[in-house]
Amino acid sequence: MAPQEFEVEITLMNKPAAKDPVGTTIQKDLLAKKGYDMVFNVRSGQFLRIHLKAADEKEAKNIVEKMCNDLRIFNPVTQNLTILKVSKL
Amino acid sequence: MNIEIAVIQFPGANCDLDTIHVLNDVVNVKTDLVWHNHFKEEKYDGVILPGGFAFGDYLRAGIIAAHSPAIDEARIMLKDGRPVIGICNGFQVLTEAQFLPGALLQNDSLKFVCKWVNLKVENNKTAFTNKMNLGDVLAIPIAHGEGRYFTNNLKELEENNQIVFRYSTEKGELTEGANPNGSLENIAGVCNLEQNCIGLMPHPERASEKILSPISTEHGKLFFNSMIEFIKRRVS
Repeated sequence: MAPQEFEVEITLMNKPAAKDPVGTTIQKDLLAKKGYDMVFNVRSGQFLRIHLKAADEKEAKNIVEKMCNDLRIFNPVTQNLTILKVSKL
Repeated sequence: MNIEIAVIQFPGANCDLDTIHVLNDVVNVKTDLVWHNHFKEEKYDGVILPGGFAFGDYLRAGIIAAHSPAIDEARIMLKDGRPVIGICNGFQVLTEAQFLPGALLQNDSLKFVCKWVNLKVENNKTAFTNKMNLGDVLAIPIAHGEGRYFTNNLKELEENNQIVFRYSTEKGELTEGANPNGSLENIAGVCNLEQNCIGLMPHPERASEKILSPISTEHGKLFFNSMIEFIKRRVS
């Protein structure tokens, strides 16, 4: 079967043990000050949208996972990787 | 003996020329500036990864440079005991390349911090500190946005004497106020187990001539002279 095109979206987030001053600043210095005091935690991160060719969704996901691990797209010391979605383009 | 040191130039490096100036003209050791794709380790006794913003610091500071062929060459030097030093962005590259433990995160303040700080020497046996005394407090500037040192293995680092420098007061006290970026336990620099690879956020190349120091110090020379001493001892 000819390869198909897929879209994979991932996030890279600091682990809970690593402080996230960007998230803290958004929550404390913007949201809380502007009346959104029901918000008690914000964590920031990075988002990547990747387009690739693969035989199927499973292979697309595997390639992205392998690539992220092999090339340290996320830093395992401080970050967690989450695959948000895999879909056909 | 004829010592030769290489300073690696990544696209986006900006402390490379300062570093070769200090090595060539202040501590008088022959030093080449080498483009990262052209670097071959055979000819060199030591290598320095300088400060800057290699590859624009895209994705994370140091990660793209960590995949450069220069790092494969530097790994050969690391393994046979030659000194491999990372200053500022070079430190970030060395952690991302896993030559050194831990990681460097965005400063607590979210600001780029550029100022003179005090560094306390915690390990004076390494390839970059052997001319210092334990507990010395050195005046060296920092200039970084991502310098907050983090590790999951603090105890291990302490037990193995891998913490080389901590931010301190002038008197050597390790206070929160002396910590410019929120680094874990005020850590400013670490080394590998073999102590031939050292990374630090502060810039000794900006502190090696009295004219550059607000208090007329030249503590930066101690770092580079230590590197030369380490090379001499290693080959003798």
